[in-house]
Amino acid sequence: MDNNLIASSSPHLRSKQTISSVMLDVLIALLPATLASIWFFRFSAVKLIVLAVVTAVVTEIICQKAMKRPVTVKDLSAVVTGLLLAFNIPASAPWWIPVVGSAFAIIIVKQLFGGLGHNFMNPALGARAMLLASWPVIMTNWVSPGADAVSTATPLAILSGEAADGTLPPLSDLLLGNIGGSLGETSAILLILGGIYLLYRGVINWRIPLAYIGTVAVLTLAFGVGFNDMLYHLFAGGLMLGAFYMATDYSSSPVTSLGQIIFAVGCGLLTVVIRLKGGYPEGVSYSILLMNLAAPLIDKYTRPKVFGEVKQSA
Amino acid sequence: MKRFTFRGGVHPPHFKKATEKLSVEKAKIPQVVTIPLQQHIGAPCEPLVKVGDKVKIGQKIGQANAFVSAPIHSSIAGTVKKIASFDSPTGSKVQCIVIESDGSNEVHEDVRAKGELHNLSKKEILEIIKEAGITGMGGAGFPTHVKLSPPPDKPIDTVIINGAECEPFLTADHRMMLEHPEKVVFGLKAIMKVLDVRKGFIGIEDNKPDAIKVMEEAVMNEPDIDVAPVRTKYPQGDEKRLINAITGREVPSGGLPMDVGLVVNNVGTAAAICDAIKTGMPVIERVVTISGSAINEPKNLLVRIGTSFKEVIEQCGGYKSDLGKLISGGPMMGFAQFTDEIPVIKGTSGILALNKKDAKIPDEQPCIRCGKCVSICPVNLEPLFIAKFSQKRLYDEAEKYHALDCIECGSCSFICPSKRKLLQSIRTGKREIISKRKKS
Repeated sequence: MDNNLIASSSPHLRSKQTISSVMLDVLIALLPATLASIWFFRFSAVKLIVLAVVTAVVTEIICQKAMKRPVTVKDLSAVVTGLLLAFNIPASAPWWIPVVGSAFAIIIVKQLFGGLGHNFMNPALGARAMLLASWPVIMTNWVSPGADAVSTATPLAILSGEAADGTLPPLSDLLLGNIGGSLGETSAILLILGGIYLLYRGVINWRIPLAYIGTVAVLTLAFGVGFNDMLYHLFAGGLMLGAFYMATDYSSSPVTSLGQIIFAVGCGLLTVVIRLKGGYPEGVSYSILLMNLAAPLIDKYTRPKVFGEVKQSA
Repeated sequence: MKRFTFRGGVHPPHFKKATEKLSVEKAKIPQVVTIPLQQHIGAPCEPLVKVGDKVKIGQKIGQANAFVSAPIHSSIAGTVKKIASFDSPTGSKVQCIVIESDGSNEVHEDVRAKGELHNLSKKEILEIIKEAGITGMGGAGFPTHVKLSPPPDKPIDTVIINGAECEPFLTADHRMMLEHPEKVVFGLKAIMKVLDVRKGFIGIEDNKPDAIKVMEEAVMNEPDIDVAPVRTKYPQGDEKRLINAITGREVPSGGLPMDVGLVVNNVGTAAAICDAIKTGMPVIERVVTISGSAINEPKNLLVRIGTSFKEVIEQCGGYKSDLGKLISGGPMMGFAQFTDEIPVIKGTSGILALNKKDAKIPDEQPCIRCGKCVSICPVNLEPLFIAKFSQKRLYDEAEKYHALDCIECGSCSFICPSKRKLLQSIRTGKREIISKRKKS
């Protein structure tokens, strides 16, 4: 017998899931919505998505080389960040918007804080907030889907009265995605489909999406918005994208079960307050960013009760 | 069918197909056995024989005066050749008695039937169990007579026989239940008599429907004994998880099952008790599952204590060419070995040989805070934080996060998508915390 036996601490069996398999699942989940955005917004969608993804990946390589760290683009997390950022950009945006956004997401939000797992906020959302603050006109120049893209208002803008001349599109258009909005937030049904895939694959759990969407539904009704308008709040805008893909970002959300629910309810509460009481028709990205900042605190105060702990003290 | 379960846990692949349908075969009686004088938790035994002595099968060759200990018996008949330190599967060198067979297979005269269960008093049964050197056969190796002697302020009302066998690959308990259900039931009845308990359960994971059926038939005429099917989920066979699943009781943190009125014993332990009473034979052999991707012919073998792993594996067609790791026990909690020149002991439930691919230690990637380890931890710990504190040598912080409550089941390391060595770090932290406590 040779002396080359590997001796290591138990367990000697590991699950098949890896970071790259998790990220690949997220990409698979986002694929239908990606294809839909290309269908609706044609070449401008392709251009923005490719630029955002390529910039994210290249920036990550440069960053990690410069910082003399192992290059980890193979884990696909930069691809996910780039794609999610593209989903948050209007189809009319110029080419440099995704480039600046992705670079900001990777350098400032992700790598400077220590890379994957250490970012305290969702990189794509952080970049979106930066873009929105820096170029508010470009970032809210919504166009209608189709080849002859004309300027239009988002359903939520119409609902809030910000866009006075607009008429609300039918709900079916919201579900399919045939509405004005950012690239990836238009088709609610495809985003939900991808979300179900992620739940099925065990990549995310039900707590954050369900608690988030549920809170928005309950609170919009409680604030006196009618049932029909409540549906618009659920299916228009970034709620589905945010609830399934952004708020569930591992590093910037709590790890405890109770913490995840508190986090999601907080996201829902802030979203509704911003949308109904604030001057801004969308509220998802800022809500998630604000709750991202609270995640470590939530973790600290929601530590699970250890098995057998109660009875000992009793 | 009502199925019991606990909170948390993981679903590793079972890998039991290779051996679950194979009857237990008797392994060849070895020419030489190396019998460690400590195969249990507690005081090591002192040798009762010296080099050159003739010994017979079942003869007591090691004993300790301490209460928490278990005597050691010879598993073959022959001559004592050496008494010296050798590697043992628990990871350290242990004093062992080496016996060379004389081929006679003569059984020692002390080995004789102890009479009927109803004629034996509690004290007598306890003494038989103690003298037979019976320890927890599931792997931990805690002396059984100690478990069955709770202090008077801890009344016991229920006994559970652990047939969960939640470790992947292992089928030793499964086969024991299928082939000798009567021994398991007899052992359980003996334990119930010792503890004066009315209620007994046999907990079996539902991936062994045949064992559930056989055991249900075996307890048909035993109104006090029920078979409790439990959901297949690791670590269902951890005694505190099993208690929680079947009775709903929660063993207090740092406590023992007896704190909630329970005693749990393994299927193999129950069968050993049966043998000790019916035939008088002490623990000189046990069922071992030999399996894994680098074993040519996986088997369930009845192996004499002290047989070397090497000899056992040779009887299973030997290794495939690409052996990478040798494990004593199951893949989740077993010990990796650096040699196969180690003896089978009372707690050796399995011998696994993994090929190089399965043995490869995956590269660690950064923690992405996915929280999976938190959601599956059966004791509700936060492994990611404890491991981080431990790596940063912040042992006080690790203790605040209840590091000492960790049962070392390995579910966190199993589930981690970043392949972090969570349990390994937590173990380091636990050791530091305990040694610090001892100092102060």
